[in-house]
Amino acid sequence: MRSKVAAALVIALVATGCGASESDGPLVIYSGRSEELVAPLIDRFTEKTGVAVEVRYGDSTELAATLLAEGSSTDADVFFAQDPASLGAVDDLLRRLPQDLLDRVPEAFRDIEGRWLGVSGRVRVMIYNPALVDDSDLPGSVFDLADPKWAGQIAIAPTNGSFQAFVAAMILSSGEDKTLAWLQAIAANQPIDFPGNSPIVEAVDAGDVSLGLVNHYYLLRLQEERGGSVARNHFFSDGDIGGLVMPAGAGILTGTNVPDGARQFLEFLLSPESQKYFSETTFEYPLLEGSEASAELPPLSSLTAPTIDLSELAGLLDRATDLVTEAGLL
Amino acid sequence: MTATVPILAPPPRTTSRQGPPGRWWWVVALLAVLPGLLPPVVLVAQVVTGGAVRTVPISRLLELLWQTGGLVWAVTLAAGLVGLATAWLTTATDLQGRRIWSTLVTLPLVIPSYVGALTLLGATGARGILSEVTGWFGWGPIPTPIGFFGAFVVLTVYSIPLVHLTVVPVLRRLDPALEDAARGLGAPRWRVFRTVTLPQLRPPLAAAGLLVALYAVSDFGAVSLLRYDTFTRAIYAQYQGRLDRRPAMTLAVVLIVVALTVLWMERRTRGRAAYHRSKTSRPRTPVALTRGGRVGGTALLALLVVAGLGLPIAVIGSWLARGVGLGLEIGSIWSEAARSVTVSVISATIAALAAIPVAITTVRYRSRISSSIDTAMWSSYALPHITVGLALVAFSLAYARSWYQSLALLIVGYVAMFLPQAAGSAQSVLLQVSPQLEEASLSLGRSRWRTLTAITIPLMARGLAVGAALVFLTVMKELPATLLLRPTGYETLAVRIWSTTAEGFYTRASAAALLLLTVSALPLYLLISRDLHD
Repeated sequence: MRSKVAAALVIALVATGCGASESDGPLVIYSGRSEELVAPLIDRFTEKTGVAVEVRYGDSTELAATLLAEGSSTDADVFFAQDPASLGAVDDLLRRLPQDLLDRVPEAFRDIEGRWLGVSGRVRVMIYNPALVDDSDLPGSVFDLADPKWAGQIAIAPTNGSFQAFVAAMILSSGEDKTLAWLQAIAANQPIDFPGNSPIVEAVDAGDVSLGLVNHYYLLRLQEERGGSVARNHFFSDGDIGGLVMPAGAGILTGTNVPDGARQFLEFLLSPESQKYFSETTFEYPLLEGSEASAELPPLSSLTAPTIDLSELAGLLDRATDLVTEAGLL
Repeated sequence: MTATVPILAPPPRTTSRQGPPGRWWWVVALLAVLPGLLPPVVLVAQVVTGGAVRTVPISRLLELLWQTGGLVWAVTLAAGLVGLATAWLTTATDLQGRRIWSTLVTLPLVIPSYVGALTLLGATGARGILSEVTGWFGWGPIPTPIGFFGAFVVLTVYSIPLVHLTVVPVLRRLDPALEDAARGLGAPRWRVFRTVTLPQLRPPLAAAGLLVALYAVSDFGAVSLLRYDTFTRAIYAQYQGRLDRRPAMTLAVVLIVVALTVLWMERRTRGRAAYHRSKTSRPRTPVALTRGGRVGGTALLALLVVAGLGLPIAVIGSWLARGVGLGLEIGSIWSEAARSVTVSVISATIAALAAIPVAITTVRYRSRISSSIDTAMWSSYALPHITVGLALVAFSLAYARSWYQSLALLIVGYVAMFLPQAAGSAQSVLLQVSPQLEEASLSLGRSRWRTLTAITIPLMARGLAVGAALVFLTVMKELPATLLLRPTGYETLAVRIWSTTAEGFYTRASAAALLLLTVSALPLYLLISRDLHD
């Protein structure tokens, strides 16, 4: 009788604990892509295939770290990440994908060993406010932003996964020394740091900051929400690392107990319907061979994507964070 | 969050030798506070065994200590001064509408700091609502207050209610006889306040200072959105941006040391003071304000209400209106709201139940064990939420795999952090109840269990209800621990606001924020009616 309260406590805790089921229930997706963007797509997948889905949303790097900590006992079946570095970080936990699936996307946007593939492309750009930056002043290379004339005018999101993956890519293409020197020059230019890409786009559009380093699609989204924008995207060309094209992609965990559902999900992401969604709703580049990007964007082929092996990015992710910290930006 | 530290003079005797339900209940109380001890132990163990100590450069630690410390000092000092002023204006003076002001000033309590910060960002800058207003007068836009200043403003505005709610009940019960005597002896009004009133307010001010300082140490949302680099922001950046989790854990251990230092400092300054009022005391005569005092006082109160409540609601409302006008989707918020309410109700209920043995043990059976339990409990209250999240994730991954990412673990985390709110509230009520009532029941032949359920618990009921309301309110708003601990797919309103803001979907963020405020209104009402209108 006396221990009734204590017993009730224990029962309540245990009962709620049992809610977390195991075994071959729903398809569990760890999504580094935000709920706002991909939830409608996932709902459509369930509607079409009848496969029940549970999604854990988070930052791509964070979820990669989570997968590494969970190891082979993870509940996740699919990892859907917004950058190749996060996918590469967990590639030991990913199974090889069927060749026919891999062949649907260009070779540059998938893992050499076929453990993950890109489903949509995003381009690093410089967003700028034409009232504050004259078109004739636009830098030809992201390295030109090291020039002191840009002091106090640059917005960056140093904690953002895309920025970190971009720095990792710079290490890969230009070496550590040059990357650190660039980061230090940016730091000397007293950049304004933001928690993410969206606030940068907001601030540049409002004229609070002249320019910012972001992914290309944030501006298009703001234009949709606002019905227009002052700010514009500047695409770095000629193979400049500032114009890096990075795929968001997916892979299947080795320990999955719903391999068919997982495979169906990847196929769905590469279906014309989903590719159209990426193109028209999230304003990314569809990567399925033969599909077309939004007419408002320069065609992917016109962007001279830098020739780096995306599979190597993962190993450089923490190094990139170290350099960003060392330069005093984090 | 509010006056959970017992301050008022208790009845002559509060401890008991034979009251219900028996001395051995300290075991149950210990079980209740145990989860709160887990986080520091886990983090220290992980840092020591994982060789994590050297993953963070010492210069970085010093920088974070300086910046976090500076913010905490400034916010505590400013909120303490302003909160004291609002409490005094609405309790001790003849200010018009003081009762309504007193309620209005506490309402910002429902607004999470990250919503406050978000709306500050939305109100300023070239596109901000406030800048539009200044534009009508031909003035330039208000610059966005980022960095230290922005974080300072937001945290101060949202912690003033904590000071107000803690000081008002004490101020109301102060014996006016002392002040009257001083005035009768010819002391000017300011000197009476400084030498008679203020010293009596030292205990509640110290308690309020502790609450504010811990709030500032633990805050994650506002400093992140306003880009001021403190420990919590750095911990999340490391957690989110790195595959190696050791640097985040190392920073978390240092942050826990900071928080416990704050707690220790408060214990040192508070002392053991208790003030009694004379039995025949008259109600206090309100201080007659001068014309300038009336205008200034009303202006201060109005400014606080506009900044803490009017502005957020205006910004949220305008975002929502704009979004709906453009035909944007609000997206799902009802299932998020249902989840928020579910975890908040479960956590509040468990915390209130667990508060019973803790309050009884610590109030009725004073011993070394019970005071250790009390200390342990308050220490867990001091833990910054992000460190609790980090620790429980690491703990469940390593030792309790079946609890990992479970709703149960999330609730354990909430209860570990917020049990002190329920227990503190129960303690202060129980302190006012004489143990003679329970002893009489026992001597009349009722069993201990029966006495507990028929006498003690009903007498504590109001304290438990208020404590549960407080826990509900806090869980609804909680962000960093929820981000780390929520089960897969378990998005709450707080998480929703955070993720939609990060992605720039302000229409959706504002709909979720509005719903969060609405749901929080009822428990807030319960709280306010206790502390302000006894």
